[in-house]
Amino acid sequence: MGTLFDKVWSAHEVVAETADTPAVLYIDLHLIHEVTSPQAFSLLKSLGLPVRRPDRTLATMDHSIPTSTDQVFGKVPIKVDAAARQVQKLEQNAAEFGVELFGMRDARRGIVHVISPELGTTQPGMTIVCGDSHTSTHGAFGALAFGIGTTEVGHVFATQALLQRKPKSFAVNVEGRLHPGVTAKDLILAIIDRIGVSGGTGHVLEYRGSAVRALSMDERMTVCNMSIEAGARAGMVAPDDTTFAYLEGKPRAPQGAQWDEAVARWRSFAGDPDAIFDTAVDLDASLLEPMITYGTNPGMVLPIGGAIPDRKGDEAFDKALEYMGFHGGEAMLGKPVNVVFIGSCTNGRLEDLAKAAQILEGRKVAPGVRLLIVPGSQEVKRAAEAAGYADTFKAAGADWRESGCSMCLGMNGDTVAAGEYSVSTSNRNFEGRQGVGARTLLASPYTAAASAVRGLITDPREML
Amino acid sequence: MQPVTRIHSKTVAIPSSNIDTDQIIPARFLTTTTKTGLGSQLFADWRYRADGSPDPEFALNNAEARGAQVLVAGRNFGCGSSREHAPWALLDFGFRAVISTEIADIFRGNSLKNGLLPIVVDEAVSQWLLDHPGALVDIDVASTRLTLPTGVSVAFPLEAFARHCLLNGIDELGYLRSRVGDIERYEAAAARQLSGRREPA
Repeated sequence: MGTLFDKVWSAHEVVAETADTPAVLYIDLHLIHEVTSPQAFSLLKSLGLPVRRPDRTLATMDHSIPTSTDQVFGKVPIKVDAAARQVQKLEQNAAEFGVELFGMRDARRGIVHVISPELGTTQPGMTIVCGDSHTSTHGAFGALAFGIGTTEVGHVFATQALLQRKPKSFAVNVEGRLHPGVTAKDLILAIIDRIGVSGGTGHVLEYRGSAVRALSMDERMTVCNMSIEAGARAGMVAPDDTTFAYLEGKPRAPQGAQWDEAVARWRSFAGDPDAIFDTAVDLDASLLEPMITYGTNPGMVLPIGGAIPDRKGDEAFDKALEYMGFHGGEAMLGKPVNVVFIGSCTNGRLEDLAKAAQILEGRKVAPGVRLLIVPGSQEVKRAAEAAGYADTFKAAGADWRESGCSMCLGMNGDTVAAGEYSVSTSNRNFEGRQGVGARTLLASPYTAAASAVRGLITDPREML
Repeated sequence: MQPVTRIHSKTVAIPSSNIDTDQIIPARFLTTTTKTGLGSQLFADWRYRADGSPDPEFALNNAEARGAQVLVAGRNFGCGSSREHAPWALLDFGFRAVISTEIADIFRGNSLKNGLLPIVVDEAVSQWLLDHPGALVDIDVASTRLTLPTGVSVAFPLEAFARHCLLNGIDELGYLRSRVGDIERYEAAAARQLSGRREPA
């Protein structure tokens, strides 16, 4: 009997794989953005081909765009000329090929992995691809969603299908309940700690168990988002009532009589109880604490009260600590912080901002610390403003922005200076990820907000 | 794509493990709208010092590295972002193959589609190569074998279809487009299934 992944895979096999050829896999939804699409559009032009299914293609701009209100609304030019050209190119390409674009001033714009669930275009049982590794986010809905390169973006444009070998399946079973102050971000960091940054290579992860069932959709998206940081191309959660409650009434979710039919169909994708996985790992959520990274990959992570391991003689490990300016044996708590970034496709949704607001309510950002809060979408921005979170952020001294990828990868000029420490709710602490020489510490919105208030790495449970 | 049949070249070694695509090509260079010219930005933050001068400590800046077409790297090469700019930059610099004990999935797929050969070897072979930068190696795609100057020859995994495409310089898109009839039939069947549910006959 099949896993969730098996069922979604086989429902999309146009041509099954053989020893000589990979499967032709049908793609239900193709999300595109300005950074990884221009060369794929150029390929179509060179071959004189159209986008075969523009109705299954959705474009937005998120990576290289500014987040300052004045720049977004044209009062001040975009700082990076090349970025402005890239945005223009997407506008031209979308118009030329008839692809729907949520452009700079569209109220539905945002990070591609935030807006598609908000619109209800992300649905259970679908295959979803995007030229972005964090496409795994959409697996939270029981979709098979994975990142692709630009050549494959061109393949999907031209055919609405991809050539794929079927990956192996990997069950991540999490029982028990997360304690207050311990979030989905801490859970996925603990999972990466357990299986390693390449532990998921060649596999699709399926997150299961009572702890996963108890997560909200925003939380499931945080978990699935970072599947790629364990090397897995995709992560999935079986669709259930939580999924359906989230999707019901979303603008592009099925409506009326079609809704009930869709739910019945979606339920059929849940894995069979006796489904067999190639690999499995078990975790107890009740043993987890807030997590924080100390090195230059997401697997270099520890419970926030812990001390940095000492691995003298391990060259790669020592090199990472040298980059971070840390030493083996040091405690993480109390280390100074220069910048705090709350946002990204990992933690830029409304529940994430609610957590940040919970900590920041009635408190101030420590002198000398820069707190940048960037909503994942314009929809999240409006909701956070309506809920009063934005006022809390501004009163605390935070910089409240328009939506975008922003300081997660620093393409748009939102960067951390060399040598500075940034507690970030994003997904990658790679060298230079947030700016040349920037030192990134990945953590939850709670930990990020608490650390902004104290100006030091802080266990958020002290402030809840 | 040009056929890739055999690579006979000296190596250059970067022993770090978990070399992510942000190191291979930092995000600030992704504002390009073409595939070309990324070689000068390959490993930019490791290759150049703050003043823009080449860092003599970095392997690619070593005079002996000039002309090397094979990059040997530590475990889990190419992890992180899906940016195809990573293989584009490696190819533009002059690399034709990357050898590691583990290569990340998306990078591997992107590399094959551009004719950059991802080669996974065991610990012993990897360690030998890391210990002997500049070694003259031979890579034969048809037999999927890597031969070291010591005479040691090992097979490396290469998916049959990818091998076929490399050897013949075939672009996968051509094959995929030849299946558009199947894709149309799939779409028609899926649409019938949906409307069948909605309006039982």
